[in-house]
Amino acid sequence: MKADSFKWRMSLLALLMLCVRPGIALDESTAETAESQEVSEQQAETVLDPFADALARLISGSMKEREQASEQLSVTGHPEALPVLEALLDGRLYALRDKQTAVIATESGQGYRIAEASTGADLGLIERSDLSKVNITNSLRTKLRKKISLLQLQSDDASVRLSAVNAMVKTADAKTLELLKEYESTESDEDVLSSMRLIFALNDLQNNDKSVRLDAMDTLKEYNSLEAYNRLSVLVEKDSAGNFIEQDVEVRKKAQSALKKIEARLQFYNSVETMFFGLSLGAVLVLAAIGLAITFGVMGVINMAHGELMMLGAYTTYVMQQIMPNHIGLSVILAIPAAFMISALVGVAIERGIIRFLYGRPLETLLATFGISLFLQQTVRSIFSPLNRSVTTPEWMSGSWQINDFLSLTWNRFYIVLFCLLVFAALLQILKKTRLGLEVRAVAQNRNMAKAMGIPTARVDAMTFGLGSGIAGVAGVALSQITNVGPNLGQSYIVDSFMVVVFGGVGNLWGTLVAGFSLGIANKMLEPHAGAVLAKILVLVFIILFIQKRPRGLFPQKGRAAEA
Amino acid sequence: MNKPLMDRYKTFDFVRKPVKPGELDVSHKTILYLEDVSVSFDGFKALNNLSLYIDNGELRCLIGPNGAGKTTLMDVITGKTKPDSGSVFFGQTIDLLEMDEPAIAQAGICRKFQKPSVFENLSVFENLELAMKADKGAWPALFARLNGEHRDRIEEVLTTIGLTEHSAQQAGILSHGQKQWLEIGMLLMQEPKVMLVDEPVAGMTHQEIDRTAELLLSLQGKHSIVVVEHDMEFVRSIARKVTVLHEGSVLTEGTMDEVQNDPRVIQVYLGD
Amino acid sequence: MKSLFLGSLFFSNDKTANVVLFSLIALIVLVPLCNAIFPSASALHFSAYTVSLLGKYLTFALLGLSLDLVWGYCGILALGHGAFFALGGYSMGMYLMRQIGERGVYGDPVLPDFMVFLDWKELPWYWYGFDQFWFALPMVFLAPGVLAFVFGWLAFRSRVTGVYLSIITQALTYALMLAFFRNEMGFGGNNGLTDFKDILGFNIQSEAVRVALFMISGLALIGAFLLSRWISCTKLGRVVTAVRDHEARVRFLGYRVEMFKLWIFVFAAMLAGLAGALYVPQVGIINPSEFSPLNSLEIVVWVAIGGRGTLYGAIIGAMLVNYGKTVLTGLLPEIWLFTLGATFVLVTVFMPNGLAGLLLKKREEMHT
Repeated sequence: MKADSFKWRMSLLALLMLCVRPGIALDESTAETAESQEVSEQQAETVLDPFADALARLISGSMKEREQASEQLSVTGHPEALPVLEALLDGRLYALRDKQTAVIATESGQGYRIAEASTGADLGLIERSDLSKVNITNSLRTKLRKKISLLQLQSDDASVRLSAVNAMVKTADAKTLELLKEYESTESDEDVLSSMRLIFALNDLQNNDKSVRLDAMDTLKEYNSLEAYNRLSVLVEKDSAGNFIEQDVEVRKKAQSALKKIEARLQFYNSVETMFFGLSLGAVLVLAAIGLAITFGVMGVINMAHGELMMLGAYTTYVMQQIMPNHIGLSVILAIPAAFMISALVGVAIERGIIRFLYGRPLETLLATFGISLFLQQTVRSIFSPLNRSVTTPEWMSGSWQINDFLSLTWNRFYIVLFCLLVFAALLQILKKTRLGLEVRAVAQNRNMAKAMGIPTARVDAMTFGLGSGIAGVAGVALSQITNVGPNLGQSYIVDSFMVVVFGGVGNLWGTLVAGFSLGIANKMLEPHAGAVLAKILVLVFIILFIQKRPRGLFPQKGRAAEA
Repeated sequence: MNKPLMDRYKTFDFVRKPVKPGELDVSHKTILYLEDVSVSFDGFKALNNLSLYIDNGELRCLIGPNGAGKTTLMDVITGKTKPDSGSVFFGQTIDLLEMDEPAIAQAGICRKFQKPSVFENLSVFENLELAMKADKGAWPALFARLNGEHRDRIEEVLTTIGLTEHSAQQAGILSHGQKQWLEIGMLLMQEPKVMLVDEPVAGMTHQEIDRTAELLLSLQGKHSIVVVEHDMEFVRSIARKVTVLHEGSVLTEGTMDEVQNDPRVIQVYLGD
Repeated sequence: MKSLFLGSLFFSNDKTANVVLFSLIALIVLVPLCNAIFPSASALHFSAYTVSLLGKYLTFALLGLSLDLVWGYCGILALGHGAFFALGGYSMGMYLMRQIGERGVYGDPVLPDFMVFLDWKELPWYWYGFDQFWFALPMVFLAPGVLAFVFGWLAFRSRVTGVYLSIITQALTYALMLAFFRNEMGFGGNNGLTDFKDILGFNIQSEAVRVALFMISGLALIGAFLLSRWISCTKLGRVVTAVRDHEARVRFLGYRVEMFKLWIFVFAAMLAGLAGALYVPQVGIINPSEFSPLNSLEIVVWVAIGGRGTLYGAIIGAMLVNYGKTVLTGLLPEIWLFTLGATFVLVTVFMPNGLAGLLLKKREEMHT
């Protein structure tokens, strides 16, 4: 009966796939939901009873009955069976007070949000005291895992099947192997098949036939699998007496070469990961420095309060999340323009109120803006408390992209790199294409001439400073996603961001970009060898020495103007 | 006026850095050799294969329209700007391109800037004292004391530049012309072999201009002097030999009359 | 002749300078006197705590003075001057640490407590000799002096100036702070050096030692003030001022500007080191936070508020700001940063020459 329903569903799926193939992804997913609804309606008529019956026994019966009930659930083929079993395994399956209805509950801020187990329908919020948990034993837990993998293997979704197979890599025994062999014939997805073959090969490693073992190693060396690496390593290990555990020389040799091949790839993926970490750190540095590059490079103003403007951006994100706690993702997106506006306004106020009296006295500007930074820090400390505030990361930014066993990239870092490039591109466009950008460049090159041409330099100064400050605010939004939001947030970045600007060459946005990324990568490359703090010190010392050699940075401004 | 000094700082020979790669050799009568010197800023050629020779003891005037490379030429000689190519020699033996600004100044090439550059927070007297020929290391400066001869020398220069009454005044409150004079005085204190004088009479009254001309004329022979000036009257009043620069190279050389009648010069100054 | 020289050493044409100088002399005479004569209940009695607090202000004044030489006279806005103070402090701290001997918590005769805690077996080589005062004392000057020399030699020779120089001095102290936070460096990491017992065999907690340290700080400050003023009057001082006003011109007069900057930078670093060495026994601790860029910036505030380029301005500024800090952080801790920030802004915008400049202006107005 189980196999029947599976085949029936597969053929239906194939039929549907044929119908919707040319459609876009969105169509496909709706088609699939339509299909599964159809199936559930079909089944609702035929197999309603066993499912409902099992569910009822699961929440009310004894532990022994619970075991039988879960067994029964797994063979119903009911679409809700898998989520119920998963919830049972994770301890999220509860019974309502009346002991009649099984629900799947998730903890939320105000209480428990529950969904009816038999349909998946949302039942709203409820107090913890109205629920009683369905407990399980350890032995049942082990069994449940297997049943869930089996159910997942029957899933229509290739990615579910893939994760099921992947979950079996470590624990596969003879029985699961048999089962997998059975499914292999019907499996069409290349990735799932590949994972299956990995399991087979891992198993073949223990075979008595030497040629099978050697073949298995040939297969294994192509896999980016930690398990394969560990199992192969065992083959070349020595025991405490110094003798090889593996007797056969040929097997050892082959294992050795297979290991080498995997190691080479491991190293490659490690360096890819390091590069990625470096890029993401670089992106943070660029974001922090790029606003500074504008105020410092274009206007010659040393803004020591730049870090605090970033901090304001980060706090804006925090406030936005407080305003709309139910739309975390949206709040972060909306925080970007909000932070830009707030920091830009504060920036303009600083420029109009203080800095404009200090033009041509860069060291004095440095001092005055430092005073402002203290002021802003204390303001935030008084309003929000000196403690760090936590900003929630939206779902689409958390987690990581698992490429293989050796390489996984976290999404938030990925988004920050992307965001940094977007901000950079936008800034370049503003400077290149807009009237403001033209005026800014004109004033930067020759203030007096720009004035003579009728450019309102005072207004341009204010706008430039606002632009630089606004970008600091936007950078703060990004920072809030990867670090704690506190009054000292800005301070910890100010030295770094000055380093980036100076290293890249003042007045050169591309220089800032290159400098930020190269410093980020250099930092992360040094870290495994020197440790995080020493790596940072080394980078700082390098910059100090570099500035001695090239006082005007990587990409200096040339010509007579630079000497003034 | 140029009497030899007893220089007591020279007892501290061990703290002095040897700045001169060789003694000044003017046996061929030429004190400055500039050959094929080129300087460019961002593609703009400020000097273009310029060659120029200054004789020992000569007073030479450099003229030319704006952007002809007059100031850049001075920058190259004093070590402020390093040329892209070419050679610059002080006498036969001293390669100026291997030396930095202080070394060149100590070797005896001194400069007055286009914009009067005096130390505004120091008194006139102190300005001259700083310029005085002496050991210019940090330790000697700490223990340096003015003796009678030094004072006499400073007084002498003060008289020459007519600022005796302003000796104790802060240099910052002098008039523009007086600052120019003070800077010329600072040149004299250094007892240079070569004086490079950039626009000495800008902002001066007629009487002041006349006195400047007189002073420069009295100095020729003892010092080699290169004057850059826009004021043609002034140039005519002092010049024996005039060099015209145009677009970074020498257009022509000769007496003032020869130069003024040269059709190329007329074209450069008056346009087509 | 000699008495005339001494007279000119103590009296200057600037009246405020004389007032400050003689107030300092009065302070180091009166405070110990009051401490000795009046009973502890009397209102005129200075407790050991107050004496040490005043002593701390004096070391800060010395630190401010040293920065004024670099910033006010030579025009180098050093944002890492606290590093030299901290290095001097660490040198003294290492001496005091070795004096603890077996009285530490772990009772190790050689290793300081934190090393025993980190399971170190041997004293690192750079701790050798610090059990001797005659060795530690020159290190107080040498450690900051050598750092200043190496850093200055590199920076001034390649003509790093202005804002760039300020920023790399800040990077220098930041890097040092990170380094000293590391346990592996062997300077006590996060906690730094503390729990001192003796100095030159005397109990560091005793009132007599505290009064003595206060007096030494005062004498050091007066000595440094007179020495600095003398230097500023020499030709070297005038060259340095000229460098501040017009660096390129000085070069064309034949002076090696970098050597003059280096001289004054190293001298100031050594004074700062001395200040640090006097500070540590009076507060009883030295830790990496002394290296933080914020601390170095605070020194700049003292000098800016007092008025730079006058020497006595730095002394007034350091004493006033720190007194204000003690009072305000005691009463209303939140207000302190507001006040500091606001003063910073107001002083730079409206009082570029600080209090000293204000006084000078007042006097000139009275004259005319």
